[in-house]
Amino acid sequence: MQLETGNVVSHDSEGTLYRVLTLELPNISSNAVPGQFVHLRVSALQDAVLRRPFSIYRVDGKNLSILYKNVGRGTSSMCTLRPGDAVNVLGPLGNGFPTAVSSGKFPVLVAGGYGVAPLYFLATRLPVKGVLFVGGARARDILLNDRFKALGWNVCIATEDGSLGTRGRVTEPFDAWIQSLGGDAKPEIFACGPNGMLKALCDRARQGGWNAWISLDRHMGCGVGACLACIQRVVMEGQEVLVRVCKEGPVFESRTIVWEDGNHEA
Amino acid sequence: MKPDLRILLAGVPMKNPVMVASGTFGYGPEYADLVNLNQLGAIVVKGISLEPWKGNRTPRLVEVPGGLINAIGLQNPGVNGFIEKYMPFLRTHDVAVIVNIWGKTAEEYAEVAARFDGVPGVHALEINISCPNIKAGGNAFGTNLDATRLVVSAVRRKTRLPIIPKLAPNVSDIGAFARACEESGADAISLINSFPAMAIDIETRRPILANVTGGLSGPAIHPIAVKLVYEAAKAVKVPLVAIGGITSAREAIEFMIAGASAVAVGTANFTEPLTAIEVIRGLEEYLCRHNIPNVSDLVRSLRL
Ligand SMILES: Cc1cc2nc3c(=O)[nH]c(=O)nc-3n(C[C@H](O)[C@H](O)[C@H](O)COP(=O)(O)OP(=O)(O)OC[C@H]3O[C@@H](n4cnc5c(N)ncnc54)[C@H](O)[C@@H]3O)c2cc1C
Ligand SMILES: Cc1cc2nc3c(=O)[nH]c(=O)nc-3n(C[C@H](O)[C@H](O)[C@H](O)COP(=O)(O)O)c2cc1C
Ligand code: FES
Repeated sequence: MQLETGNVVSHDSEGTLYRVLTLELPNISSNAVPGQFVHLRVSALQDAVLRRPFSIYRVDGKNLSILYKNVGRGTSSMCTLRPGDAVNVLGPLGNGFPTAVSSGKFPVLVAGGYGVAPLYFLATRLPVKGVLFVGGARARDILLNDRFKALGWNVCIATEDGSLGTRGRVTEPFDAWIQSLGGDAKPEIFACGPNGMLKALCDRARQGGWNAWISLDRHMGCGVGACLACIQRVVMEGQEVLVRVCKEGPVFESRTIVWEDGNHEA
Repeated sequence: MKPDLRILLAGVPMKNPVMVASGTFGYGPEYADLVNLNQLGAIVVKGISLEPWKGNRTPRLVEVPGGLINAIGLQNPGVNGFIEKYMPFLRTHDVAVIVNIWGKTAEEYAEVAARFDGVPGVHALEINISCPNIKAGGNAFGTNLDATRLVVSAVRRKTRLPIIPKLAPNVSDIGAFARACEESGADAISLINSFPAMAIDIETRRPILANVTGGLSGPAIHPIAVKLVYEAAKAVKVPLVAIGGITSAREAIEFMIAGASAVAVGTANFTEPLTAIEVIRGLEEYLCRHNIPNVSDLVRSLRL
C-alpha cells in the first residue's frame, strides 16, 4: 500500500455512461492484483474529506486504469480530468481474487455495472479461460464484452429490457448454462456487481457446493482499515465476526457472508 | 535556529505536540506503511471498552459539505483483545501511546482504566465522555456536569496513568465542564469530539446513517473548536489538547494560540494520511519564521 501522485495518461469514454481513466502510477501498478482497489483523491473537489474507491480495471506496465461511471459529486468532477493533470492515489488496497483455479474447475465470471472492471483485470491474469455472464438494465449498461471476447472468453449477456442478449436478470442465462451441464458443472465463480446479484449467486453457490468469490461495495472512509466504516458480518471458523471490507475484503468467499438487511447499501 | 518542538503533556514527553485523533488512525498498524509513526507526537487509539463491542450497523459514515458524519458506534476488541493484538506492535515504536477509553457506566470506565494501569507502553488515558453515537454513556456523560465529575473522579481513583477527559462540544458552558474535569483530577483535557449531526436522503426521506444520527467532524467544526478551546483555556490551568478540523499547520497553530498545548489530527487522516507529518513540518517552519524558540511559547499567545 502506498501513496502515489500520477499524471493522467488518457481519459476516454467507454460506451455512453462510463469513462476509463488511465494514470501513470509505477509503484501501485507493479503491486496490484485483480480485485484490489485504489482510493483516489478528487483534487477538484477541495472540500471533499473522503477519497473515492475504484476497482483496478487494467494494469499496463506503469499505467493503471479505472473504469467509472458519473454518479455524484466526486465522479462528476473527475470527468473534467485531462491528460497531464496530477491525481493522488492510495493503493493498491484490500485483498483481491484468487488468481488460480483449482484443477477440474471452470472459471465463471458474473458482472453487473462496473463489476466488469475488476473481472476484466482478473480475466487477464487467470491461467484458464472461461465464461463471463454480464447483466444490466439496458444495452448501454453492458460494457467491455468485446474485450473479454478478444481475450478468448465466452460472453453471455442479459438485459432487463431485452435490448441486448437475453431478457431478464443475469442469473437466468447463468442458471440455464448450469442446467445444460447436468450434474457436471464445476464452476469457480468470481463476481462483482449489485448486492442483489451477489446474494443470488451466493444462494446458488451454497446449493451447488461451489466457491463463489465476490467483491463487495461498501461506503468507505479511510480505505485502510482504520475507521471501521465499511464492516461486513462474516462467519469465520464457525464464529460470526465483523470484518472490514477495505482490508479483509473487498473480495470474500460468498458462503462466509452473513446477509442482513441493515448491511445492504446498494 | 531550529525551534524546539518537544513538549511534556500531563507528564508524558512527546517529540512534538501533534497527535492523531482517536478513531481516525485505528490502533497504529493500519497507517504504518504510509506514516512513520515515530515522527508523531502521540497516537491516540480508537476507543476501548471493557468487553468487545460491535458498534452500529452500516452505513456508518457519510460525507457532507466541509466534513463527514460518522456513527461507527465505538466498535472495538475490548481491553484484553486490544492489549494482546495491538500493544506488542505499538511497543516496538518510539511514540507516546494514549488509549481512548469508554464505558456504559462510571464503574465500567473506572474498570477499564484500572486494567490499563501498569500496562507497558501505555502512556496516558483519554476518557471519551463525549461520543455522540452510543445510547448509554458517551455524550450523555459529557453533557452533564455531575456525570462528568462522577466518571472522571471514578477513573482518577483507579489509575496512576495521566488522564485526559475528552469534552463534548454541544454544551452551553464549556468552561464549567473543563473546570469539573480539572477539579476531578484530570491531568489534561482534550476537546472537541464530533458534533451531534444528521443527514437525510431526500429521495427516500430516510436518514442516511443506520444509526439515524452521528457526529460531524472535519473542517466544518474547526472554528467551533477554536472558540471552545479559547473558552476552556480561560477556565482551567491544565494543558489542553485541541481537536477539530485540522487539515494543515495553520489550524494547529490557531488552536495553540487559542490555548492548546497539543493538537490531534482526525478526519484529515482519511483525506491525506500524511497530514500530521505535514502539520509538524509546517509548525516548525512557522516557529522559525516568527523566531519562536520553543513551541510552548505559542500556547495561549492570543493577542486581544
Ligand atoms: C471496493 C470498491 C470498488 C469500486 N469500484 C468502482 C469502479 O470500478 N467503478 C465505479 O464506477 N465505481 C466503483 N465503486 C463505486 C464508487 O466508489 C462510487 O461510485 C463513488 O465513490 C461515487 O462517488 P461520488 O462522489 O461521485 O458520489 P456521491 O454519491 O456524491 O458520493 C457521496 C459519498 O458516498 C460514497 N459512495 C457513493 N456511491 C458509492 C458506492 N457505490 N460505493 C461506495 N461508496 C459510494 C462516495 O465515495 C462519497 O463518499 C467502487 C466502490 C467500492 C467500495
Ligand atoms: C470515524 C471516526 C471515529 C471516531 N472514533 C472516536 C472514538 O472512538 N473515540 C473518541 O473519543 N473520538 C472518536 N472520534 C472523534 C475524533 O477523535 C475527533 O474528536 C473528531 O473527529 C474531531 O476532529 P476532526 O475534525 O479532526 O476529525 C471519531 C471520529 C471519526 C471521524
Ligand atoms: S474504510 Fe475505513 S476501515 Fe474500511
